[in-house]
Amino acid sequence: MLTWMAGFFLLMTKLGLVLGFLLFMAAYLVWVERKFLARLQIRYGPNRAGKYGLLQPLADVVKMLTKEDTIPEGADRPIFMVAPAVVAFTAFMMFAVIPFGRDLTLWGKPIPLVVTDLNIGLLFVFAMSSLGVYGVALGGWASNSKYGLLGGIRGAAQMISYELSLGLSLVPIIMLAGSFSLVDIVEAQASYPFILVQPLAFLIFLISAMAETKRIPFDLPEAENELIAGYHTEYSGMRFGLFFLGEYVHMQVFAGLLTVLFLGGWHGPVLPPMVWFFIKVAGIALLMIWVRGTLPRLRYDQLMALGWKVLLPLSLLNIMVTGAIVLI
Amino acid sequence: MEPITDGAMLSPWEPGVFSLVLFGLLVLAFIGFQLFIAHWVGERKESREKSRVYESGVIPTGTARLQFPVPFYMVAIFFLLFDVEGVFIFAWAVVFRDLGWTGWFQMVFFIIVLLVGLAYIWVKGGLDWRESHRPK
Repeated sequence: MLTWMAGFFLLMTKLGLVLGFLLFMAAYLVWVERKFLARLQIRYGPNRAGKYGLLQPLADVVKMLTKEDTIPEGADRPIFMVAPAVVAFTAFMMFAVIPFGRDLTLWGKPIPLVVTDLNIGLLFVFAMSSLGVYGVALGGWASNSKYGLLGGIRGAAQMISYELSLGLSLVPIIMLAGSFSLVDIVEAQASYPFILVQPLAFLIFLISAMAETKRIPFDLPEAENELIAGYHTEYSGMRFGLFFLGEYVHMQVFAGLLTVLFLGGWHGPVLPPMVWFFIKVAGIALLMIWVRGTLPRLRYDQLMALGWKVLLPLSLLNIMVTGAIVLI
Repeated sequence: MEPITDGAMLSPWEPGVFSLVLFGLLVLAFIGFQLFIAHWVGERKESREKSRVYESGVIPTGTARLQFPVPFYMVAIFFLLFDVEGVFIFAWAVVFRDLGWTGWFQMVFFIIVLLVGLAYIWVKGGLDWRESHRPK
């Protein structure tokens, strides 16, 4: 009983730290994004709140909490109120299966540095990512706004389209590692990261992940110059904040997935495993921001053509070729 | 990972379902707390103009529960088809070393059928979004 209590206490501490770190990173990813993007566009970015604008995320949180939470007339109230929570919840849950370090040992007991090592880890990620579509589609639909509806439908169609190539591009990784568990996949990359043998899968997954997180150049569901803000046009205050939080947690989750599946996870020389994990995730996050500062938004038919006519056949071909090469 | 036995179900030392459920509850508690705080300290002044739906300053007409274009529906159907077929590929991917070449040939046949299906909807214009390309 006593060991159970101690274990429970440790577990809660670990989970609290994971959640806290995700939130902290989401807040500062916003700051990094604004600052880095500003530099790419030759301007300063936030520089009023604190030194280098470092207190900007804090100011944003206070602002969102104190703003009025408006609900437009004619909205489907329960769905409207729940939708942002669905987006945020699924984004957080996806992180649960990502291992971020080698097992720690405390008092002779191993502490696994992953929230949960499900044997269906990757399928769990896909399930959660599919559930996230509900938040976007229902949030847009429930707000009784035409912009919201258009954004919601666009978002749903885009996310399910890219989910296919997202899932199928990972089949070669599962074949190489022989497991759905992300912990096993990291272990399988002890000698070399999978990006060296699966560069095509890496590219397909990277593009699909950016489409799945609805970032520029795939931000059609919220394209501000045609749809105001798309599916979250009518949201304000903390409910908008939850959409925003979900988006940035999503970004971390996909950066984490890319790290775990292709870049060898926490494996790396000299530095401690967690530091390596952090460096790789931060590198991919910066790459995503850089892409945002570089590429213009796609047209909707181009977006669909890229998903269905390029990425999907390529990932299917990649599965066949990988299978043949591994069997030889 | 080993299958979870009944005894280990509630063990806090295993990274299993117990840990996942706790994390889920923690996330739910956090989201609930945020919304509660926002409800508590947030401004609340109802007015007719404020609750009106934003439509670039124009007073909105009619409902927003509109009919939407058919291609979106088609995409949803295609997604269902391909996603269900993806499940078979996933199941094969885990054990493909054991199945060897026999399994590979069967899966290649399956994937080629899939690709033929994709080519069919492509040729039929199911993936075209511009009016001019759609068959009349």
